[in-house]
Amino acid sequence: MILSNIFLASEPARLFIGPIGILSLVIWLPLVGALILLFFDKRGVDLIKRFATLWMAVCFLVSLPLVLLWNYDASGLQYMETADWIPAIGAKYQLGVDGLALTLVMLTTFLGPIVALCSWNYIEKRQKEYYALLLIMQSFMIGVFSAADLFLFYVFFEVMLVPMYLLIGIWGGERRLYSAIKFFVYTLVGSLLMLVAVFKFYFTAAETAAKRPTEVRAAVEVVVGNNAPMRGMVLEGVETARRAGVARAAQSGGGSYDGAAPLGTFNIYALQAIGSARDGQGQPLVPLSLQLWLFAGFALALAIKVPMVPFHTWLPDAHVEAPTAGSAILAGILLKIGTYGFIRFNFPMFPDAAMDSTVASVMATLAILGIVYGSMVALAQKDMKKTIAYSSVAHMGTTMLSLFAFNPNGINGAGLQMLSHGVTSAALFIMIGSLYERRHTRLIAEYGGVVNAMPAFSAMFMIATMASVGLPLLNGFVGEFVGLRGVFEANIVWAFWGTTGIILGAAYMLWLYERVFLGPVKNPKNADLPDLSAREWAYLTPLVAAMIVFGVYPKPLVTFVNGTTETVVRQMRPNYFGDKSRAGEEKAAAPVAPDAAARR
Amino acid sequence: MLPLLVELPPLPTLRDTALIMPEIILTLFACATLVLDVALPRGKKRVTAYFSLIGLAFAGVALAQQVAMTASLLPISAFYGMLFIDGLSIVFRFVFLVAAAFSILYSIQYLEFEREQRGEYYALILFSTLGMMFVATSGDLIALFISFELMSLSVYVLVGYFKRDGRSNEAAMKYFLTGIFSSALMLYGLSLVYGVTGHTNLGLISETIADYVQGGAAETGDPRLLLLAALVLVAAGLLFKIAAVPFHMWAPDAYEGAPTTVTAFMSVGPKAGAYVLLARVLLFALAPMREMENLPGWAAMLAVVAVLTMTVGNLAAVTQDNVKRLLAYSSIAHAGYILLGIVSGTDMGYQGVAFHIMTYTLMNTGVFAIIIALHRQGVIGEKLDDLNGLFSKAPGAAVLMLIFILGLAGIPSTAGFVGKFLLFGSLIDSGNPWLVYVAVIAVLNAVVAFYYYARFARAMFLNPPSESAADAAPLLLMPGAQAALTASAVAVLFFGIYPQPLINVADIVAQSITTIYAQSSGIALR
Repeated sequence: MILSNIFLASEPARLFIGPIGILSLVIWLPLVGALILLFFDKRGVDLIKRFATLWMAVCFLVSLPLVLLWNYDASGLQYMETADWIPAIGAKYQLGVDGLALTLVMLTTFLGPIVALCSWNYIEKRQKEYYALLLIMQSFMIGVFSAADLFLFYVFFEVMLVPMYLLIGIWGGERRLYSAIKFFVYTLVGSLLMLVAVFKFYFTAAETAAKRPTEVRAAVEVVVGNNAPMRGMVLEGVETARRAGVARAAQSGGGSYDGAAPLGTFNIYALQAIGSARDGQGQPLVPLSLQLWLFAGFALALAIKVPMVPFHTWLPDAHVEAPTAGSAILAGILLKIGTYGFIRFNFPMFPDAAMDSTVASVMATLAILGIVYGSMVALAQKDMKKTIAYSSVAHMGTTMLSLFAFNPNGINGAGLQMLSHGVTSAALFIMIGSLYERRHTRLIAEYGGVVNAMPAFSAMFMIATMASVGLPLLNGFVGEFVGLRGVFEANIVWAFWGTTGIILGAAYMLWLYERVFLGPVKNPKNADLPDLSAREWAYLTPLVAAMIVFGVYPKPLVTFVNGTTETVVRQMRPNYFGDKSRAGEEKAAAPVAPDAAARR
Repeated sequence: MLPLLVELPPLPTLRDTALIMPEIILTLFACATLVLDVALPRGKKRVTAYFSLIGLAFAGVALAQQVAMTASLLPISAFYGMLFIDGLSIVFRFVFLVAAAFSILYSIQYLEFEREQRGEYYALILFSTLGMMFVATSGDLIALFISFELMSLSVYVLVGYFKRDGRSNEAAMKYFLTGIFSSALMLYGLSLVYGVTGHTNLGLISETIADYVQGGAAETGDPRLLLLAALVLVAAGLLFKIAAVPFHMWAPDAYEGAPTTVTAFMSVGPKAGAYVLLARVLLFALAPMREMENLPGWAAMLAVVAVLTMTVGNLAAVTQDNVKRLLAYSSIAHAGYILLGIVSGTDMGYQGVAFHIMTYTLMNTGVFAIIIALHRQGVIGEKLDDLNGLFSKAPGAAVLMLIFILGLAGIPSTAGFVGKFLLFGSLIDSGNPWLVYVAVIAVLNAVVAFYYYARFARAMFLNPPSESAADAAPLLLMPGAQAALTASAVAVLFFGIYPQPLINVADIVAQSITTIYAQSSGIALR
């Protein structure tokens, strides 16, 4: 075990066990578990369940050092790993997490054992395949958040659809076949169109890096900050792109083909640097007209994933039909990949397109539509799971709206909302699953007065409801407050509409709670429902504890998310922090040139 | 004069003969298989299959010698430029041998069931393979056409191999009639090419056409129009062979009617042979006609055909219930994807073509092998419903099938994705703004394709098994076929996750195409 440099000021944390980096370990350990599971006898269901859950828990424990060893002084990526993968196209096996990605990785590993544990009774057939797929899914989701290479990201992004398709398709409800294929096809349309944009940007980046190496190098500094190893990685990517661009220019100019020249780079941060690079006049090196198309290509894929209205129609189907764990994973983690993608790709790679007033207002309008429409539809649902599904549309709308404020508060708020929604919606889906296991129905009308039979469960549900509504001191509040504050700074009209989401959210969640839990027992079948079993205590307690802890003391999350946010805002608005300091402090120091501000 | 074709020896030398050693071995074994068939008693005919496999193995060993002989993989001409051997021909001859070997392995048991175990089947496969191998080495129109016809005629017979089966007969007749019609078209086109250029040697044709296209020989009128007519005729013949829209009508019928093992073979072997022919004619002989002043070149024509091919193929496949028909349309769609690489004209595109053909061979034979295994006493196994609940009956076969299907659908972590990645990427790489739209259409097609491939996954994993008694019989695959199937699946996954070795092989093909293109057309040299 080599544990190096974590006490040096700007060195990012690293942890290698032999040749295997901690991040690789965290990604692939679940997959190893799935492979081990293949050797189990499929009749030994108890053993399979226990092994899978235990393995998930081990994976969570293995991921803890990521937080414990984190170097708070370094910016950018930590735990970086890099290895050659497909030299022919310049794809590398490059990993690394920054603050936001770290929190999402932790969210994924945290939810892992919980979703495994909550499936013990719910899944009644083909348990071995089920737990194997859960573990495989886990690997791919962690991979998505840790990839520092666009090709690697894309592979995880798309291949993860296969286990999810099978999870919904085999263990889903009545309309599982329809929902599974709808989920898959929807996501695939987006991700394949994104692939075209990836190609275009890949080749454009090579040209740009070849034409304007100095400006690109300046932009690299903004991306990496004080992180020296990351600078090395990004500069290598930029250099690869530059050589590719030079070789292509030579070839099209009638020169001979240079077989040794690379084709381009897929390093996400090198691409970010090239995309956000500006010339002396502050004009982007990648022309706005092209940026708009690329933005659209990426945004469509991610908007489907988020999902934004009008691309949300797969979500209610998939969420409702999926087994409990599937819904929890979908709502808790998969949706976050969409918003994560906006922060990782769309904003830093195509900043001018994102900040284009038309684009921003279209995206904000769609987000607001999602908030209002999602909330309204959630109000009208008869099925509890559908209410929560539509509430996801609304919550993700708020997240998107916060993102498009383009200021630190907005993006921080969006990051925090992603995390809190990840925990809260997963908890809600899991609890509805518990009710379903008892009564085999999710219709609100079938319930009423559940609190009489299940007081502890009702209390747990109450906390989750309140967290979803955004009650102060619970995790939902922080994100929404910070995010909407950011939106207020940017556009007061958007903020007004965004706030309606909170009001409507309170309406549908509290009304749901009232109808299901409060009042006298209307349906005799509900009179003697058993309260929480030990197993349910075991998986609900961490969720509820997380809601309370991060509601009362959100600072750790804010610290992690803020690291990413600052970099993104610097890349998008080179003058943002410079202007602020000048206006706020009125120092006698010489005005900061935009370039210098960008370099800080 | 081409540097690679000068200084020919007065008579074919031993060296020339050594260069066609794999083909000689294959010829001998094919003839011997026929003789052996007569000599063997009924019930022992299976031996001919093993014998022909040995022949393929020997041919493979002989071919491996050539890899060492032509270390630089630069073109070597033989028999006065009639044949020439470059990276493309070596790589693709390996592909043909593998395709033939897999087809034979998967056939043995199937023919036992059908009580049609005869040596002529295997001899025909060897003859067809021989034709393909000569297609890959031909440097001359005559050689090209004759070897191509050898390949096609053997397949016509194979399609009608079940002589008591009406569907098989009908398919063979349809395929034969339309096939020879297209051959005639192509031959007429080739005769026009000869008429205009006065050469049958691909290199010399290319050089002459390059002069014409650049405006030489203008005093005799514009020969480009006649060349254009020739191009259209030749292209029609070629596109027919790869079942590109609008020349695809024969494929579903022929695929459905033919014995399933023959379908497996013709969907990979002769198909790949046709791609090689296409590459030889368009990327070598007619390379200067890619884009012409004031006249449409073949690149634009092929782009339209590619878009139509994948769209029609994919849309038609969606509604099919017969697996063989469905796979016929899917192979039409894949022809469209592969054309994209030729249209793009970039290194990446040629790599994609080679990569995709190689992996498609593994994936498609794999899928067919499972379909063949489903074929048991009393069960035809051709309906998609026959796959229902396969996972609970035969989990191993279902997982292998899933890998192949995901590969055909182009899901990442399978080799199918890498092939499509290279092909689609090459469109953007070409820098032609129109091809970006083509790329968008192509990816949307991939979505449609996924929809029908998902039906396989749905049938195998999601649907409950059907209850018929005949279905309860276990799946049969002989050990050799099992090994081949598993190896294919492992290769599909391995080259999906770590494609670099196979990309290197594909790059040999790409380099040999760009090398001869640069040397023959003279555009890059002068």
